[in-house]
Amino acid sequence: MSDVMEFEGNKDNISTKAYLEEAVSQPEISSLASVASHHSAPGSQPLGTGLEARGVHAWFGKHHALADVNLDFPAGTVTALIGPSGCGKSTFLRTLNRMHEFIPGAAMAGEVLLDGKDIYEPGTDVTKIRLKVGMVFQKPNPFPSMTIAENVLSGLKLAQLKTTNKDDLLEECLHRAGLWNEVKDRLKAHGGSLSGGQQQRLCIARALAVKPEVLLMDEPCSALDPGSTLKIEETVRQLIESVIVVIVTHNMQQAARVSDYTGFFLSDGGPGQLIETAPTSEIFSRPKDPRTEAYVTGRFG
Amino acid sequence: MSAQVPELEVRDFSSVSPQKPWKLSPREVAINASTILIALILSPIIVQVTPLKGKLGLVLTFILVAMVGNIVLSFLRQGVQAIGNSIASTFIYLAAGLVLLPVASIFFTVIMRGYHAVRINTFTQDMSVTQSDGPYTEGGALHAILGTLMLVLIASLISVPIGILTALYLTEVKGRAEGTIRFLVQAMSGVPSIVAGLFIYSVLIVGAGGHYSGFAGALSLSILMLPTVARTAEEVLKLIPRDLREAGVALGGTQWRTVVMVVVPAARSGIVTAIILGVARVAGETAPLLLTILGSTTTHLNPTDAPISALPLYTFNLLRTGLNVAIDRAWTGALVLMILVLILFVLARLASGRKK
Repeated sequence: MSDVMEFEGNKDNISTKAYLEEAVSQPEISSLASVASHHSAPGSQPLGTGLEARGVHAWFGKHHALADVNLDFPAGTVTALIGPSGCGKSTFLRTLNRMHEFIPGAAMAGEVLLDGKDIYEPGTDVTKIRLKVGMVFQKPNPFPSMTIAENVLSGLKLAQLKTTNKDDLLEECLHRAGLWNEVKDRLKAHGGSLSGGQQQRLCIARALAVKPEVLLMDEPCSALDPGSTLKIEETVRQLIESVIVVIVTHNMQQAARVSDYTGFFLSDGGPGQLIETAPTSEIFSRPKDPRTEAYVTGRFG
Repeated sequence: MSAQVPELEVRDFSSVSPQKPWKLSPREVAINASTILIALILSPIIVQVTPLKGKLGLVLTFILVAMVGNIVLSFLRQGVQAIGNSIASTFIYLAAGLVLLPVASIFFTVIMRGYHAVRINTFTQDMSVTQSDGPYTEGGALHAILGTLMLVLIASLISVPIGILTALYLTEVKGRAEGTIRFLVQAMSGVPSIVAGLFIYSVLIVGAGGHYSGFAGALSLSILMLPTVARTAEEVLKLIPRDLREAGVALGGTQWRTVVMVVVPAARSGIVTAIILGVARVAGETAPLLLTILGSTTTHLNPTDAPISALPLYTFNLLRTGLNVAIDRAWTGALVLMILVLILFVLARLASGRKK
């Protein structure tokens, strides 16, 4: 396999094709991915038409961080965004709920359509967008001044929403985040008293309480142990019945386990670009672009 | 999973006792103590045979001899590298001790000189019918206590909201004037207190034809309190991670609701510290009060229409009389002021830690 190592930058290398064919026959990767893709049936709750990025660019000051990303997130699916550090995955994710503009000096171009409407259209209420497109951050960030229960329901207060039965909602969200059994006896404890993995699931429960249509997850497991990671992945698979999930991850096994579609981002010194997007099983078994292939087989990045 | 997990063998650990091998052995402690002892014996001898004289000379010699002993000791134990460490730690302990000295000395002096004029009537009577050199059982500082409480309360009502909102402008809004505002707040914290008093005096009392009053005094104090509150609150708010702000906004909250529900509660104990520092800054101020509340011997609760008294001013005026009994009363005023500030601090700390 030493000749394969030299392929970078040479698309027509014969050994690449040989490797590709070999990759197709690798049973463990493709089976993992196909398990994930079976779940793409629409769930019980009515879903919108989905989320769509059209020609999205992003800048930080003069630095062009992301160029011309076109990507669909159909209803009832999990999409993983993979790629080496600094390729614009997280930046792209943050353009999807208008958190990008939170950073001083940020700029963008293009359209992001949520149920057919551009979320960047002038006059759009940005808080409503963020209500529909929720977010889970890399580091667990429960609100330190609030109890577990208050954390879950904090979105209702922040967005000034009314709900008929808070207790039911609290239980439902904690169930969906896979945390209920662990915290049901100490809902009045502070969020900071939980372990890192539990805190992250608390953050997922908090994001779910405002009933988002889309949930963006920015490397949600990078600070967690393998057991907590597995629990969060199970949670993600259960969420697709009602939520479109977009997850940025550095862990390719994770992408293979949880996602239906995978987008591969790469920056070749210039702005990050979406190199390839396809059903996850294809990305990991028959990637079309040699750079994708090199990345998913672990030869760079 | 076909393999059975073997049961954990029950073992007896009672023969092992917890040790602290990093602690100094009794022998080393004894050596350290004897170094100090030698220094204690040696320094008077050195003072006797050299031109150094007096208490200060003795203390300085002792410090020097102890330090040399310490350095020699650490050299013998750990070699040349340990010398720098030893010198540094000696200086650090010394500095900490020197900081403690004036604080302890102030407390000691105020308590020793202030306590014997304290009677129940100190807290229940004012000086309206009592001569300043009348017996301890007559008259008191009630008017000054109430005056100080009133001044601190009104000054806080003015400068705490403005100070916190200014801090929020600097950390959350980050508006166009951020740099200018930060510079002005810093400049404001350098305003001498007498100038703050003079400003209120010339604008409100002379200029607008107002009265010497509690309100005028509180205004001059809030000029001094505002920058302290604003700067401390800003430092505290800066420490709140951006993650929390983003989480609030990402849940569909407006920036204002995120600040009120997430950022400020997360910084609550620090903001209470900011308020405490502000109160501490002004509770003992005397100079601006001379020009704004003038002083009084009667209890007067209306902050708008007449001169009032305050504990620092009460202390100052009684001290100026030069009469022995009045000077005792002045020390009592200083003691009461210190206790009052202490009580305010404890109350604020209790209030901020209530929910934890």
